[in-house]
Amino acid sequence: MTLTDFQHLMPLLILTFAVLVSMLVIAVGRNHKIMYVITALSFMAAFASLYELRNVGRYTIEPLLVVDGFGVFYIGMMLLTALLISMLSYAYFEQREERKEEFYILLLLATIGACVLVISKHFASLFLGLEILSVALYALIAYLRKRERSDEAGIKYLILAAFSSAFLLFGMALVYASTGTMEFAGIATAIANFTELPHLLLTGFGLMIVGIGFKLSVVPFHMWAPDVYEGAPAPVTAFIATVSKGAVLGVLIRFFMEVDGFRYPTLVLIFTIVAIASMLAGNLLALLQRNVKRILAYSSIAHLGYLLVAFLAGNQMGVQAVTFYLVAYFITTVGAFGVVAMLSDMDRDAEQLEDYRALLWRRPWTAAVFTAMLLSLAGIPLTAGFVGKFYLLAAGINTQLWLLVVMLALNSVIGLFYYIRIVAVMFQQPEGEAEADPRGRLRPSIYVASVGTLAVLALLLVYIGIYPSGLLQIIQSMLATATP
Amino acid sequence: MILVWLIAILMAGGVLAWISGKVNRTLPRWIALAAVLAVFGMMLYLWLSNPIPVLGSAWLIQFDQPWIPQWGISFSLALDGLSLLMLLLTFFLGLLAVLISWREIQNKVAFFHFNLLWVLAGITGVFLTMDLFLFYFFWEVMLIPMYFIIGIWGHENRRYAAYKFFLFTQASGLLMLLAILGLYFIHGSQTGVYTFSYFELLNTTLAPEAARLLMFGFLAAFLVKLPVVPFHSWLPDAHSEAPTAGSVILAGLLLKTGAYGLLRFVLPLFPTATVEFAPWAMLLGVIGIIYGAILAFSQTDLKRLVAYTSVSHMGFVILGVFAFNEWALQGVVMQMITHGLSTGALFIIAGFLYERLHTRDLRQMGGFWTTAPKMGVIALVFVMASLGLPGLGNFIAEFLTLVGSWQANNWLTVFATIGLVMATIYSLRIMQKIFFESYQLEVSFPDLNAREMLITIPMVAMILWLGLYPQPFLETARPSIQEQLQAYTKPVSEREELPLKPENMAHVLESKTEASPAKPEDVKPFPNLQIKTP
Repeated sequence: MTLTDFQHLMPLLILTFAVLVSMLVIAVGRNHKIMYVITALSFMAAFASLYELRNVGRYTIEPLLVVDGFGVFYIGMMLLTALLISMLSYAYFEQREERKEEFYILLLLATIGACVLVISKHFASLFLGLEILSVALYALIAYLRKRERSDEAGIKYLILAAFSSAFLLFGMALVYASTGTMEFAGIATAIANFTELPHLLLTGFGLMIVGIGFKLSVVPFHMWAPDVYEGAPAPVTAFIATVSKGAVLGVLIRFFMEVDGFRYPTLVLIFTIVAIASMLAGNLLALLQRNVKRILAYSSIAHLGYLLVAFLAGNQMGVQAVTFYLVAYFITTVGAFGVVAMLSDMDRDAEQLEDYRALLWRRPWTAAVFTAMLLSLAGIPLTAGFVGKFYLLAAGINTQLWLLVVMLALNSVIGLFYYIRIVAVMFQQPEGEAEADPRGRLRPSIYVASVGTLAVLALLLVYIGIYPSGLLQIIQSMLATATP
Repeated sequence: MILVWLIAILMAGGVLAWISGKVNRTLPRWIALAAVLAVFGMMLYLWLSNPIPVLGSAWLIQFDQPWIPQWGISFSLALDGLSLLMLLLTFFLGLLAVLISWREIQNKVAFFHFNLLWVLAGITGVFLTMDLFLFYFFWEVMLIPMYFIIGIWGHENRRYAAYKFFLFTQASGLLMLLAILGLYFIHGSQTGVYTFSYFELLNTTLAPEAARLLMFGFLAAFLVKLPVVPFHSWLPDAHSEAPTAGSVILAGLLLKTGAYGLLRFVLPLFPTATVEFAPWAMLLGVIGIIYGAILAFSQTDLKRLVAYTSVSHMGFVILGVFAFNEWALQGVVMQMITHGLSTGALFIIAGFLYERLHTRDLRQMGGFWTTAPKMGVIALVFVMASLGLPGLGNFIAEFLTLVGSWQANNWLTVFATIGLVMATIYSLRIMQKIFFESYQLEVSFPDLNAREMLITIPMVAMILWLGLYPQPFLETARPSIQEQLQAYTKPVSEREELPLKPENMAHVLESKTEASPAKPEDVKPFPNLQIKTP
């Protein structure tokens, strides 16, 4: 490896270094605050190091990685999201009695895995990234081990994720068997000669879709999502919903653009069915839930379906739309789970709809932020979610995916039902006298960290909703260098 | 720039009102009042200072500022006679809405006024914007605060009503968004210029099939909002459960955005597709008129009754819009204004009654004429207006609409006229039940106080003005109506200019069948319609 290689991998190196330092620090003495500061600083440093890479063009580190505008943008997105999640985690874990420090190591590791995923151009790095991410997540999900639901969620995720990894590996093997290479570009040149995909290769792709689909929690591989969302600590849930899914979607886009998978009707058909099924199942099942974390889980299944609509557009605009929507979705989801985390108490997370009754009158600002997040998920103007959904629809209509676009519109309406239901619960009049908040407030310094993060998220949400030009410009210029 | 100020003042006023609630309970009311007064004053000034152009462009003021240039979206506002009248109505009713909430709303005052001002801002945006993306944006912006107004300050069944209102309008709005995007890409692929600008999109040439689909997308949003009969079921719930100010704004303004959308977007954008659809639309209008009237007659809840009269009156709007001639469209514009006033006033009276009796049940009312003569007189004026008594605004509106639609379709107009008779029946029933008959309730029933008189007297004056001297309003609306109708009247002017040579005759015949100038009585633009009427 040369020095420039190191420069281009700087964000990953910083994170790895931070993991090592953290372990040493824990060995010396446990201190939640110091760990938190180290984590936050390393995320910031990693993000700052991306500044050097802003005009990277396309730099390959043979044979595993490629650093390009697309990758840099996604890494940036992951790092910022992880930073925000770590900010929210501090308050969340401070009020719990578990050992808090290892959480940050796992968070850093998971983020490294996600970053490797989005810059991988080889099956080996893809698998490596995915496993770093997954293994860290196994532990993260079951982190609050004294809770009843945590173990269940952790075990469930462990078994299913291992299973899906096996599918993915087997698929990769089959693809390797029929093309003779594991590099994306190599596969692309190998299959460019086929007019019809050979069955072996198609089976390989199919098995890979199972593995990828599991990570994205799209229907029919979504079964784990509600349980894991419910059982995992709120910040971890936010991480699974955003960074983990976004990274996998990023590598999926890279792979598909590289091999031009949109040429093959079979693959497109599979993804179309998956997209429609995810939208419908996600939204319809969410209607039946009374648990906010489960509602958000099903809603995230539906949102992945929305994302696939623009993904299936299969052109530059589609990729931009997916990226834009991901940004909006990240902000929104982290914000929503941030509110959940903030309202949670020692024993359990604030996940029942009851916990939100008359929230507007008890904690007006929290309720306002949560309302904004929910409206953004529903795609209501003045929020980033609206512009994102608009972009998805535009990308779909541009390539005339009428069926998908109509399904998206229809599902947005179904989605409104349950988002609005939560909002309605928050806006209910309190019974009798306006009671004070039953839960004690946190210590002011912790409180400020959470509140500040949420405020930043809410402002970003509205800013992108009103003035999306800036973000659009960044996305367009960053992604222009990437996809072929 | 003044157009931006209109929206900015309302939005800023809303935020200020919300914040000021921390300081003082009545401060939000004063801030809201000041904000609406300010924009109302600005609008009056614009009306008086701008002579309406007789010829040439109908546009008085335009404002254009790129917003998301990557997608061809600009913050584009423009004012013509039609929007000017609509805005005057908006701010007038907005003013009243603030005043009637003075006593009624005692709970979360600051947040209420925030929502109120933001609804008004959204409506203002809808009436002004000339960019379809922005139009959809404002279309949605006015929705959320309205949802809160119904859902928080409404009557017993408010949550259900708010839900229903939101889902109906949101679902139909999304269909419109799809149509807007379809239009955007068709125009873009034709000209290479991707833009949401209304003026650019007007020049799109559409295949008949595409035009039909896109038109239905737009119609979905506007017909639900109007509402036209199969899509009306949200309206009685939303109207009757909303607080008085909410009902006034819903009936007076939100319904008008649907009518405005038809006039502004559907007519000029899809001239051929609308002509095809016109008989059906008019039929829906007539069904709405009669069905609304029958249901209004059978209600026992006063606010529900008034809500159904709205369904009936909005039938006239769609009847007139799809008649495609100036008479009818003038009638439609008048109907929008007068219905806003008269129905708004009826809801206000229902609010006054509710404040005194805590019921909206007609069966428990009766005999109030003796105890509250002032309220009786004012109610009488608006009941008469709603049944279309000459001398009051609604008469002008309905008369013009019927004259215009008669030229387009005789039979349907006959049935629509029956609706007027039915209006008489249900309107008189309101008077009879509330103010005459015998006493039902043993409660003290004070007459209108000064604040209530201050609210109602201007409305009486306005409805009289509209009935006795509607000319200024007609003049103001005229140039923009002609502009909306351009696509339909073009063949007429061409026909007049063409010398009568045999080779030009074919063109004349063609234009007779495809457009509806409807000047000569014998031209029946929709010859096939007689079969379809009941």
